[in-house]
Amino acid sequence: MSNAVEISGVSMRFNMAKEKVDSIKEYLIKFFTHKLFFDEFMALNDINLTIEAGEVFGLIGLNGCGKSTLLKIISGIYKPSTGSVKVTGTIAPLIELGAGFDMDLTARENIYLNGSVLGYSKEYIDNKFDEIVDFTELHQFIDVPMKNFSSGMVARVGFAIATVTKPDILIVDEILSVGDFLFQEKCEKRISDLMSGGTTVIIVSHSIDQIKRLCDRVAWIEKGKIKMIGETEEVCNLYTQTSN
Amino acid sequence: MKYFQTFLRYKYLLLNLINRDIKVKYRRSVLGILWSVLNPLLMMAVIATVFSHIFKFQIENFHLYYLTGAVIYNFISEATSTSMMSVFSSAALIKKVYIPKYIFPLEKCLFAFVNLLFSLVAVAIVMLISGVRFTFTALLFPVPIIYALIFSIGMSLILSALTVFFRDIVHIYGVFLTAWMYATPIIYPMEAVSERIQTVMKLNPMYYYVQYFRDVVLYNTVPGIRWNLICLAFSFSMLIIGVLVFKAKQDKFVLYM
Ligand SMILES: Nc1ncnc2c1ncn2[C@@H]1O[C@H](COP(=O)(O)OP(=O)(O)OP(=O)(O)O)[C@@H](O)[C@H]1O
Ligand SMILES: [Mg+2]
Repeated sequence: MSNAVEISGVSMRFNMAKEKVDSIKEYLIKFFTHKLFFDEFMALNDINLTIEAGEVFGLIGLNGCGKSTLLKIISGIYKPSTGSVKVTGTIAPLIELGAGFDMDLTARENIYLNGSVLGYSKEYIDNKFDEIVDFTELHQFIDVPMKNFSSGMVARVGFAIATVTKPDILIVDEILSVGDFLFQEKCEKRISDLMSGGTTVIIVSHSIDQIKRLCDRVAWIEKGKIKMIGETEEVCNLYTQTSN
Repeated sequence: MKYFQTFLRYKYLLLNLINRDIKVKYRRSVLGILWSVLNPLLMMAVIATVFSHIFKFQIENFHLYYLTGAVIYNFISEATSTSMMSVFSSAALIKKVYIPKYIFPLEKCLFAFVNLLFSLVAVAIVMLISGVRFTFTALLFPVPIIYALIFSIGMSLILSALTVFFRDIVHIYGVFLTAWMYATPIIYPMEAVSERIQTVMKLNPMYYYVQYFRDVVLYNTVPGIRWNLICLAFSFSMLIIGVLVFKAKQDKFVLYM
């Protein structure tokens, strides 16, 4: 088995925004009064993780433990402060759906805009347009400005655009909880389809049921460190026991 | 090679962003396009009326002399000052998806370029009115513009990266732009200042682009190899410095937004 993602010694340090120095004036004042230091915060601390190709991998942990940060590092949105990430294959990140949606534009225009944000070409979106609209089931709203959409409808459009590709690696951050139950089932089915096609999937979810249903292996993250990696059942059970 | 592939992948995004800026500026108001031609013309009328009375020196075709300088200056000034905020104000997007971040300053420079094309219509109108002959030399007008575009992209990369860390650069740069305008022979002729000051003024890249544009459009002269080499040197050093600065700083952007 080849590895889809290899994470070695990854740490992520954020500047805490207690007193942000964001102008030359403040910088100089702080510099000359010897007060120039940044409060740093380790969101991730020495993470080592290997995810095999074709695997469905879950990340669990309490709020703020660093799950989304790790996903963003894998997708290349953040560069880790130290350590390295090796990704083999194309990634479709479902981290924040509908990035770049302009609510004044119609759903049709936003499909093109958001598609281009994800790096799709115009021809590609032209070809996939009907498929995207079919998936959203919002045919009669396609030329309506998206500011008139409900949040579930917005999520449908975002999900449909992001999953229209056949990526090697799919990254899913809690987005399965949006939409009504019918749409959730549809999303899960889409993800299962991709999985059976050999796509590697990395899922973050607070629904342990969902994790148990989908994942082969799970990592439990606590305060930026990996607490445990292993078989889904084992990790999930220990997680629910200790967290209660 | 890898960089080039990434660029091609996001080409459509670049086009989309430019398109959106164009829509906002030109399609929302009927007067949009007309206005972007009229604006430089009106500015020219005001400046020419005021300064032709104040100045002792005589410049032949002062209207066109001023307009050709102003068009180049406005282009560089608009491209760089709109680029400045472009990375910072795309924070929401940059934190959500992977996008090559240079797309944002590049887009603003190309949009300023589109606007420049409309001001060129104003130049053509004034050429017609003032009876300057359209010559084949004038067809070289894209050359100085391309030089200025490359220069602007380099400068925009630097400015947009620095602005993420130091927000107040925006104000400082506003002052700098005004000073830059007066340091460039746009309203006055180069000969109006002393020889010593002229030597200093010749360190200003804008002077070379402005003069190049005037030479081909107004004076029916083709600038020599030396002039071209100076322009190329300024443009490409700025571009290279810009790429290096941006590349060194871009991974830190998300930490400061
Ligand atoms: N851009 C940022 N600047 C500063 N701190 C950040 C930034 N992004 C995340 N953090 C911090 O890093 C920590 C981890 O955040 P992250 O979003 O990865 O948590 P999470 O595990 O996804 O939580 P949740 O379950 O609530 O989604 C948090 O304490 C958060 O405050
Ligand atoms: Mg999260």
